[in-house]
Amino acid sequence: MNTQHAVVSNGTEIQLAHSHARNTGTKLKPEWFEDIAVNRSATERRAATLTTRRTVKKEYQAAWLVKAITCIDLTTLAGDDTPGRVRRLCAKAKRPVRDDILEALGLADENIRVGAVCVYPTMVPHAVKALHGSGIPVASVATGFPAGLTPLPQRLAEIHYAVGEGAAEIDIVITREHVLTQNWPALHDEIAQMREASGEAHMKAILATGDLNTLRNVYRASMVAMQAGADFIKTSTGKEEVNATLPVSLIMLRALRDYGELSGQTVGFKPAGGMKTAKDALNWLILMKEELGLPWLQPDLFRLGASSMLGDIERQLEHYVTGRYAASSRHALA
Amino acid sequence: MGQIKDILRTMDYGPAPESDTDVRNWLETHATGFGHFINGKFTGVGGHKTFAVINPANDAVLAKVAHGAAEDVDAAVKAARNAFAKWSKLPGHERAKYLYAIARHIQKRERFFAVLETMDNGKPIRETRDIDIPLVARHFYHHAGWAEMIETEFEGFSPVGVCGQVIPWNFPLLMLAWKIAPALAAGNTVVLKPAELTPLTAIAFAEVCHEIGLPAGVVNIVHGDGATGALICGHDDIDKVAFTGSTEVGRIIREQIAGSEKKLSLELGGKSPFIVFEDADMDGAVEGVVDAIWFNQGEVCCAGSRILVQEGIAPRFYNKLRKRMETLRVGDPLDKAMDIGALVSAGQLKRVTALVEQGKIDGGKLWQAPVRLPAKGSYFAPGFFTDVEPTSTVCEVEIFGPVATASTFRTPDEAIALANNTKYGLAASIWSENINLALDMAARVKAGVIWINSTNLLDAGAGFGGYRESGFGREGGREGLYEYLTADWEKRLPLVKAETAFKPAAAPDGDAKIAAAGTIDRTAKNYIGGKQSRPDSGYSYSVIGKGGQVIGQAGLGNRKDIRNAVEAAAKAGSWGGATAHNRAQVLYYLGENLSTRQAEFEALLATSTGVSARAASEEFAVSLRRIFYYAAQADKYDGAVHSTKSRHVTLAMNEPWGVMGIVCPDELPLLSFVSLVLPAIAMGNRVIAVPSARHPLLATNFYQVLDTSDVLGGVVNIVTGERDVLAKTLAEHDEVDAIWYAGSKEGSTMVEIASCGNLKATWINNGRQRDWLSNSQGLGKDFLRRAVQVKNIWVPYGE
Repeated sequence: MNTQHAVVSNGTEIQLAHSHARNTGTKLKPEWFEDIAVNRSATERRAATLTTRRTVKKEYQAAWLVKAITCIDLTTLAGDDTPGRVRRLCAKAKRPVRDDILEALGLADENIRVGAVCVYPTMVPHAVKALHGSGIPVASVATGFPAGLTPLPQRLAEIHYAVGEGAAEIDIVITREHVLTQNWPALHDEIAQMREASGEAHMKAILATGDLNTLRNVYRASMVAMQAGADFIKTSTGKEEVNATLPVSLIMLRALRDYGELSGQTVGFKPAGGMKTAKDALNWLILMKEELGLPWLQPDLFRLGASSMLGDIERQLEHYVTGRYAASSRHALA
Repeated sequence: MGQIKDILRTMDYGPAPESDTDVRNWLETHATGFGHFINGKFTGVGGHKTFAVINPANDAVLAKVAHGAAEDVDAAVKAARNAFAKWSKLPGHERAKYLYAIARHIQKRERFFAVLETMDNGKPIRETRDIDIPLVARHFYHHAGWAEMIETEFEGFSPVGVCGQVIPWNFPLLMLAWKIAPALAAGNTVVLKPAELTPLTAIAFAEVCHEIGLPAGVVNIVHGDGATGALICGHDDIDKVAFTGSTEVGRIIREQIAGSEKKLSLELGGKSPFIVFEDADMDGAVEGVVDAIWFNQGEVCCAGSRILVQEGIAPRFYNKLRKRMETLRVGDPLDKAMDIGALVSAGQLKRVTALVEQGKIDGGKLWQAPVRLPAKGSYFAPGFFTDVEPTSTVCEVEIFGPVATASTFRTPDEAIALANNTKYGLAASIWSENINLALDMAARVKAGVIWINSTNLLDAGAGFGGYRESGFGREGGREGLYEYLTADWEKRLPLVKAETAFKPAAAPDGDAKIAAAGTIDRTAKNYIGGKQSRPDSGYSYSVIGKGGQVIGQAGLGNRKDIRNAVEAAAKAGSWGGATAHNRAQVLYYLGENLSTRQAEFEALLATSTGVSARAASEEFAVSLRRIFYYAAQADKYDGAVHSTKSRHVTLAMNEPWGVMGIVCPDELPLLSFVSLVLPAIAMGNRVIAVPSARHPLLATNFYQVLDTSDVLGGVVNIVTGERDVLAKTLAEHDEVDAIWYAGSKEGSTMVEIASCGNLKATWINNGRQRDWLSNSQGLGKDFLRRAVQVKNIWVPYGE
């Protein structure tokens, strides 16, 4: 079980009730996905109306936004990342919301933290150090992020490195070629090896859905990643032309649900990239609740890969508390 | 604020109420009651009977509204008539400006309308806000466009006049828009009656009409129940009746106004199939069910209420449906996070409850969403039946509530058989990823609107309307405009000269003058299923020609001959499926073969009708040209692709009615026969023609030409005999889909009344005289348009 269970919002009994064993994967079973029918227009209609059918207001909205914070993988994945930059991010991860706001929300004692901090491998030691004692896991991207076109031994070595430096979660990227050429054995084999290399660390498989182009491909890649043992399936690196979208997320969730039905195992979901606003956070929480239910609204099964979203959530929370619109300069920089 | 801590645990949605303050204020300022909107002014309620308008979500009384009596309807119709003179003469651009202003004003006040509609009807604010009101605005925009172009796009047509429009309570403002927008665009004026359960948005709409300065009398709104509706429909000075509602009431209206020369369009009930094939996107189809039957509380005439699932995937599909029901939210319709609100009234709740109980008694298994319904208000938990068969009441009757039936099929053929096993034909949803299969089904389902991998898609630019007892006429698009226009040629026709009734005599006549003694006797029979057949009655009648001489005998057809002919026509369905080119070829060949018999037909015309050789020659020549014209049109009068939504092809296909009855006049017996039969068969119909009773021999000679021209047996059937007796049997026959009648005024009325049984489409001459020789009256697209019904097929695409 993840250490996050101790620190997320005080929903302990629910956490335990829905705690799950890690996905062990299965051998490659193309019959679970090869004939899948995904209708794009129908998917888009569902995605478009999901967020118009549901909304949360007032204290419910505040609570949902706090929940979103606890699910954020606070991320910096830039070429100019430095230890200093990572330390600042980690400080924000530990205190994502100003104390007076948390106090007003009645959450002062709830130890509100983000879900994880996500960085490049060489930044892992700095993050681990900065987060020491906080209980917040460090997630590292690996395997030649973002394109993944590095030889496999080097990609596996990268995982070993990050785990060795203390990363508790590994966000791997898949070889898109294997999806585009429908080479499922190669894809399954590669991800399974990565999962093995991750060891105790939880592995999130980034499908880079923007590169996969069709929803059928997204479904199939999701299924193979889960069959190969991914703990999470994740939409995007944040570097593709199109990153997390609701229709793509919907298809991944349907794959995830089908996998659960067929294998009896539980897998988490992480949309990443392009989500910037509190409204985005609510939209994805609504999607999770409607399609999968309460267990998937917890950080052990749901993460939001985002960097600037937190700032907007903070402003909305302040507005809820004070009734006045907030300025970003009054909230600590991530 | 300890609560946030708890919400973090439950992650409930919590209440999300839409404010009703502005609507409440508006209602309060009208607490004394709402009157009618007549001649640009609101009447008071003083002196009127009133009825209460109730919010079905909480049983609260929202308003009092005047109940329209005869004098109110009179005043409204008079105002509309007075306004018509000027309004119909306005340049299209001027009318466009008003329609544009209406669209704009509705948009500017969209939330007000949405909230008011929700309070009045009980449907969730999500739907009024995102669907009803935007579609209303879209409809007025679209028709502002038609108003602009009406003179150029509909040359030769003019407005019908004063329209009486009666609308239902399920989409109150949207149905108003569907009625008023095309009527006004085409230059008509209207008297509209909203449903008595939901009159409020129509009142707010009247205020918008006032606000934009719409000329007084162009739109009049009279409130009341069915009795008021009947007063409007039956009013002498109404030229056109448009009704949306139940098939039952549609039938009453058809009968009520039969013979009145009023134009009529009917949008009636449905029991539309929702067909899921094993290769469908199942999760997508499950959401489709949500949008089909759990939309608008299932109070949708085109709702996919009969789910048909391929047997192999049925258990999995039902499981998915049951699971999906768990997340449906039912409750206060003003809550922004509700999927389903209240049924429109306590009465409707009672009706739905009774039908669902009947379904259970019949052995159906009801699966319902596990929801807690509010204590007050007309709520019903959504659900669906399994273990039901076509014999179950719930599979046959329109429930008009959030409950579908689900059953299985094995093959595409069986799916079609089940889909078409209904008296209705409004819509169908087809779910398959196989384009071949989906389009094949779309072509074979008998319904006016087909949604492939989608459901309940509506757009002002696409026609909406049903086959069979779901009504006739279309709303929306170019095809919808015709309901509000009359062809100029048809407007000014003189009455047929009072004819001396022709009664075929069954007994031999010893005093008859005989035209051609000593020649070999010829026997004219009926022509049924490609074969000559003796009349069932065993009677013939003498045909009297020029100078009162008997020129031969014709069979005295009866009910059974008509029955046999209809049966033969029904079997000849492959004619409609043949390529248009193939039909064209056959029709050209028909022309070719007729031309070789010019001398014989011209002589027969002269002998039979007594016309000069020159006149006979002209009639023959025009008949021949007409055959060529329809042969030419067979592969050219095609449909359209409507611009609706992005990444959608919306095909408007002209489909033949199927089996048509055609009753021909006495005048110009060859030409009128050809002019009526040819467009019908060119478009793929099979016909039972009743030729002129006085001059039947032209038709009976004509069947020999049919015989030699590869016209498939059963495509043209000819039954001779007493016109109105045969017409009545045809009009009453449930297998006949449409009937054209050119005869007397009384016969026209009789046909309209007799057509009520299956609500077949009728085109009658009201006893008026047509100039068959002229191309403007005897030939053209008007004939073709009436020989088809438009099927709109929505095909979304994109991988």
